Amino acid sequence: MALSADESGRLAVLLSSHVDQITQRWAEVVAGQLHGRLSQAELIRQVQELHRALVDALDKGAADLASEESVELRAVLAELSRGQAREGFSATETASGVFALKDALLTVMEADHNADKLRDFVAFSALIDQMGLFTFESYVRTRESLIADQAEQLLELSTPVVKLWEGVVAVPLVGTLDSARAQVVMERLLQTLVETSSPYAIIDITGVPAVDTQVAQHILKTVVAARLMGADCIISGIRPQIAQTIVALGIEFGDIATKASLADALRHVLRLTGVETSRRQPRREL
Amino acid sequence: MERVPILKIGDILLVSIQVDMSDQTAVALQEDLAERIVATGSHGVIIDITALDIVDSFVGRMLSTIASISRVLDAETVVVGMRPAVAITLVELGLSLNGIRTALNVERGMELIGANRADDDHDEFDDGPDAESTASP
Repeated sequence: MALSADESGRLAVLLSSHVDQITQRWAEVVAGQLHGRLSQAELIRQVQELHRALVDALDKGAADLASEESVELRAVLAELSRGQAREGFSATETASGVFALKDALLTVMEADHNADKLRDFVAFSALIDQMGLFTFESYVRTRESLIADQAEQLLELSTPVVKLWEGVVAVPLVGTLDSARAQVVMERLLQTLVETSSPYAIIDITGVPAVDTQVAQHILKTVVAARLMGADCIISGIRPQIAQTIVALGIEFGDIATKASLADALRHVLRLTGVETSRRQPRREL
Repeated sequence: MERVPILKIGDILLVSIQVDMSDQTAVALQEDLAERIVATGSHGVIIDITALDIVDSFVGRMLSTIASISRVLDAETVVVGMRPAVAITLVELGLSLNGIRTALNVERGMELIGANRADDDHDEFDDGPDAESTASP
């Protein structure tokens, strides 16, 4: 529902003639909801900023939030909700910050006895509802971009390729292996094989919580690609439950060597490369 | 028509593919290689594909054919220097280079051929140094 030019003018007058009363009441209501997580001064500043933007928009004759005139108001709202989303406020708290204006308006309008005030109030409410919804949308957008950033960081963090021995590299996989991660792991492993010219790679799946057919498929693809390049892969870190799942699902690892622990895998590779691993004999003289 | 050069290092022939392979180039390479293996009595062929950005089924079949020809002439073929991107593409396409041995680079490829020759020699003389190493538990 859009405001008529008359209504927006009246709202502008109402807002600007009771600046102190409205901002104070507004800040009070918001403070009550946030339980002191934002300082009074900060709150007043936010509320005043919103108030100013709202009056400006109405002065220019904005009919609703989507109109050309309220572009600045939208920017202020978006900035406010971005800030709150990053600081960990909930979506309700962010939107109520805007809805609290209704409360403040009602107090002001009650004092002023006019027959049209109900109609006006409903019209104003509609605008404030739009503002609230807009806040909510900006909030969600900010949150989503935060989540996307974190997912990307996680992808970078969780796929290290480490050198275990001369010519032996290992990939300790941690966490669920989806297609995107499997691709990153495969690319990084193959790249490292070329750079270090290591003929052996150990894929350690101790940190993978579950192995289903898809995860197995990803691992198999990596092994086959490494073989095509002339390197051999060993899969290690298979926990008892996972071994049972693998058999129950009928996953075939073919002639790929599988070991229970990373230590076993390393010993296996060292034996293949001809490195002697001998236990030192205990001394008996003493 | 471009020809792929064949270099001889010791008793190994090194083929480095640097050009886009066409039918003619592939056939010429197979003929040249067969002649060179017979002429030099080589026991190993290393095919370097570091320069290839794309390995499709055509190149894959050519490599298989070369490996088969060499095997008939008692030379072992090792394909070296496959790029990660190429390996990933081959796997995604489901193409596998059957019957072809691979190594990371030319150096590793030469080691591989050398190791296999040594193994073959051992098989001919049964009680070599192997017997000694297993004797002491």
